[in-house]
Amino acid sequence: MLDLIREYDVLGAFWITVQLTGYAAVGSLVIGTVVAILRVSPVRIFSWAGTMYVTVIRNTPLTLIVFFLFFCLYQLLGWHLAPVSARSSTHAFVWGVVGLSLYHASFVAEALRSGINTVGVGQAEAARSIGLDFGQSLREVILPQAFRGAIAPLGNTMIALTKNTTVVSTIGVAEASYAMKNAIEFSPDVLYLIFAVMSLGFVVLTLPMGVLFTQVSRRLAVQR
Amino acid sequence: MSTQSVLFDVPGPRAARRNRVIGALGAVVVLGLLALVVYGLREQLSPSMWAPFLSLDTWQYYVYPGVFMTLQAALLSVVLASALGLALGVGRLSHNRVVGWISAIFVEFFRSVPVLMMMLFAFYVALFTLRLPGEILPIFGVVVGLTLYNSCVMAELIRSGVHSLPQGQREAGLAIGLTRGQTLLNILLPQAITAMLPSLVSQLVVILKDTALGYLITYPDLIRSMQNLSVVKGNLVTSFVVAALIFILINYSLTSFARWLEHKLGRRRAGPGTVVMTGLAMDPDLETEGGRVQ
Repeated sequence: MLDLIREYDVLGAFWITVQLTGYAAVGSLVIGTVVAILRVSPVRIFSWAGTMYVTVIRNTPLTLIVFFLFFCLYQLLGWHLAPVSARSSTHAFVWGVVGLSLYHASFVAEALRSGINTVGVGQAEAARSIGLDFGQSLREVILPQAFRGAIAPLGNTMIALTKNTTVVSTIGVAEASYAMKNAIEFSPDVLYLIFAVMSLGFVVLTLPMGVLFTQVSRRLAVQR
Repeated sequence: MSTQSVLFDVPGPRAARRNRVIGALGAVVVLGLLALVVYGLREQLSPSMWAPFLSLDTWQYYVYPGVFMTLQAALLSVVLASALGLALGVGRLSHNRVVGWISAIFVEFFRSVPVLMMMLFAFYVALFTLRLPGEILPIFGVVVGLTLYNSCVMAELIRSGVHSLPQGQREAGLAIGLTRGQTLLNILLPQAITAMLPSLVSQLVVILKDTALGYLITYPDLIRSMQNLSVVKGNLVTSFVVAALIFILINYSLTSFARWLEHKLGRRRAGPGTVVMTGLAMDPDLETEGGRVQ
């Protein structure tokens, strides 16, 4: 088993998975927060744009989004996000992170919206009545509570993100499922062992995440 | 959802004017970004690239078979996953320790493994161990992968559905002399399953999107057949756009149906607190209906 892990660089592949997850988590959190704010904003066209974003992205397969970015924007249009001289695997990685961020941003936005929904009406009314404008009440009163209320759904999104990083293997990023496919094709005799090792890797990544998010969401839950 | 948000006051004439200005500026920025993409893709979006979609052959040989294959895999998976999910859900609720543990381990394990990896695994098991004929390998891989994952999601839905029912339901069942199994089967499950119907429908959206992963094991789904089309016609961008539109159309209808269903069921049932948790289905949308702020 150790030979297997060494021969197919399983740890290296999982390191790529972790990196994809980390970068895309930050990216989707930023984009998702912006989209969530747009959705609840008083400017009609902004809330429409936010809703549109969530509807379009949530109903499109991640595979299609990643393909569109990589084949259309990168290969056809030649849009480079990494230095032109970088290796093609680097370009695939960067576009993979962009695709994952854009896709999961819609789920983050939904999680935050559900978080905003957990904030009592009185909070928003109190913020308005002491004269805070939309931006101030969002920044000082609503969002801090909304983030705390949204930790559980955000955690679900992060776990889903970790698993969805496998999708970018379709554009050739050498993460865990790519390594698994490779390993099985070269040593089909240990097919079951390979699957056991690789899936265990994901259990090890996602199970603590679930426990952590559950605990944090309990500890930070706003008392009402 | 109320029409009036409590997050901000009803804009007065000055605020309304200011909002219009901000809105116009924002629209310019967003439209500018979109225009940049469209300008970059101008050759790919020219009328000649849309032309293939005017011919019946394109629809007959590429679009329709692709949609058919995607729907076929999704429907097969949802049926199998419901059956297996019901068994696993009942298994987890069972008072037999061994059954409970086996179901729990099965569910927790297959929930944390990516669908794509299960598809790959099923594909290669079919190829190397079961030695199935080549032409059914892809659909076997897709359906088994999707079934394993989604049955776990459904098992969790059933479990949380039963747990969210009022205690009195179970107690009443036992009090009139039904066994625990009869109570579960005749009283708890019918209510739990009715309550989880909307989540089931929105899980279908997840399944439909995940069929696209079959691309990697050569399942001829919508995305692959659109890519085949673009190889022939050289219209990758428009092919992808059409594929996306079809997905959005189907999934949006399903989501709307789920919402309608939830509304209908919610009104029929008395008392609060019986809505099934949907967070597991990666669908916080249904959770937020009837929310407080906004």
